[in-house]
Amino acid sequence: MLLVGSFLCIMPGTAVFAQDGAGIDTGITAWMLTSTALVLLMIPGLAMFYGGLVRSKNVLGTMMHSFTAMGIMTVLWVICGYAMCFGPNVLWGWFGWNSEYLLLRGLDEAIMEEGIPEYVFSMFQGKFAIITPAIIAGAFAERVRFKSYCVFIAAWGLLVYNPLCHWVWAEDGYLFNMGADGAIDFAGGTVVHISAGVSGLVAVLYLGARRGFPKSNMPPSNLTMTMIGGGLLWVGWFGFNAGSSVSSGLSTAQALAATQVAAAAGGLAWMIIEGWHQGKATALGFVSGILAGLVAITPAAGVVTPAGALVLGVAATALCYLAILLKNKLGYDDSLDAFGIHGVGGIVGAVLLTFFIRDSWMADAAEAAGGSWTIWQQFGVQVAAVLIAIVYAGVLTYILVVIIEKTMGFRSTPEKEMQGLDIAYHGEHGYGMLNPN
Amino acid sequence: MKLITAIIRETQLDMVHERLIENEITRITVSRVSGHGQQRTEEVYRGKKVVPSLIPKVKLEIAVNDDFVDLTVNTIIKAAKSGENRSTDGLIGDGKIFITQLEECIRIRTEERGPSAI
Repeated sequence: MLLVGSFLCIMPGTAVFAQDGAGIDTGITAWMLTSTALVLLMIPGLAMFYGGLVRSKNVLGTMMHSFTAMGIMTVLWVICGYAMCFGPNVLWGWFGWNSEYLLLRGLDEAIMEEGIPEYVFSMFQGKFAIITPAIIAGAFAERVRFKSYCVFIAAWGLLVYNPLCHWVWAEDGYLFNMGADGAIDFAGGTVVHISAGVSGLVAVLYLGARRGFPKSNMPPSNLTMTMIGGGLLWVGWFGFNAGSSVSSGLSTAQALAATQVAAAAGGLAWMIIEGWHQGKATALGFVSGILAGLVAITPAAGVVTPAGALVLGVAATALCYLAILLKNKLGYDDSLDAFGIHGVGGIVGAVLLTFFIRDSWMADAAEAAGGSWTIWQQFGVQVAAVLIAIVYAGVLTYILVVIIEKTMGFRSTPEKEMQGLDIAYHGEHGYGMLNPN
Repeated sequence: MKLITAIIRETQLDMVHERLIENEITRITVSRVSGHGQQRTEEVYRGKKVVPSLIPKVKLEIAVNDDFVDLTVNTIIKAAKSGENRSTDGLIGDGKIFITQLEECIRIRTEERGPSAI
């Protein structure tokens, strides 16, 4: 009888899992698992995007900047990154700490109130910690020592990314609790894009331009690969934004729709602006516009409607286009426009989103504030959060870059830079018999 | 008129190119080639040492008037050596320079011929 009884219990498949992991929502878990994989797809996407844009002698070195981030940042994330980001405040809220999270020990059977195993959430968040320093690498592409880069992203992850992530996304982070309902950063406009863009800019201003810049022509080695990489980034971004809802329902759908619209509007706007200004609509331009739109919608995806996403995409592209023109005038060498796209696009998105917040969010915020909450009050919160991210990332990056340059040398020697990163640091060739450039 | 053909290491291309431009030798043709010489480089792929049978090199072709032959050749020699002390030690595999008589040179646009077309 006992045997039959337990057999009957096991028969309906769900009953087994319900007992095994009570409180798990399989729908949300399934989408979050998918999102986690999608965000990881963005890193090879970024590697291809950046790799295609550099000269043929630097393609592997540049792709390795993204790929090594997957190794270094994942290991650090498991060891202490998750504890620093999502533990309770320590050191007056500078970052979080929970020794239970060391090596993710406390997560083995943990299920979050959203209905997903905490492992899924921690791995999902870990992907953001990978892509952020990988974006910075676009600024100082083609001219840094590989070993120093590895040390830099490890230190940057610990001292810049983890505190920022804690401030914005942890329940007791101070930007999470700023104003009525927190500074709005749905999927990482300040944490990921502004911090990476500004850090790239600061690093470049200190390390200097590539040899021969701007006199020599430095043509992209393979724009086909850049296009594929840009496409993968768009696909992966659905995990980045829609996954950031940590649910599988209405808010997920809202974020997904906004993401699609902003990317398309951004690409289209770039094509039109460039066609009007330069006479030709370039492939690189279109894919840059897609990225500008995606970056701008990242902080906003949870709170804006498709109409707002459309405006954000166009505005981000217009301002990124102007920023790159200005860069060429000023003559600093942000090689692959980490600041021009991610920094500027992130700032545009985080600030302008204020004017397109859906009414229900404002109503909730007003309730939380105890009566009224205006757009301009939220605008103040957004600007404050952006400025905090800019100043914090900028200052810390400057200190890190100076220390690394003075101790181990961040910048390549002129000989290594002329040889190219591929041979100098990896001993390999990216392309076979492709024409030299 | 002479045709100077130099086979050099890929890694020295930028160095040679920059030095040539500094000496106002700006009209050059560059291509990737591969071939056999005395050099046997070992490369490591996935931990396995392999000796490639054909080694990738870069070929420069420069047509010059007779007065510029020495300047061009000396510039290439200095910049293409890959040893620690570039003025004296070269390494096996640094390449070769061939100088050949150039019978005629024609600029297509204007149909000029001879030294002024170079």
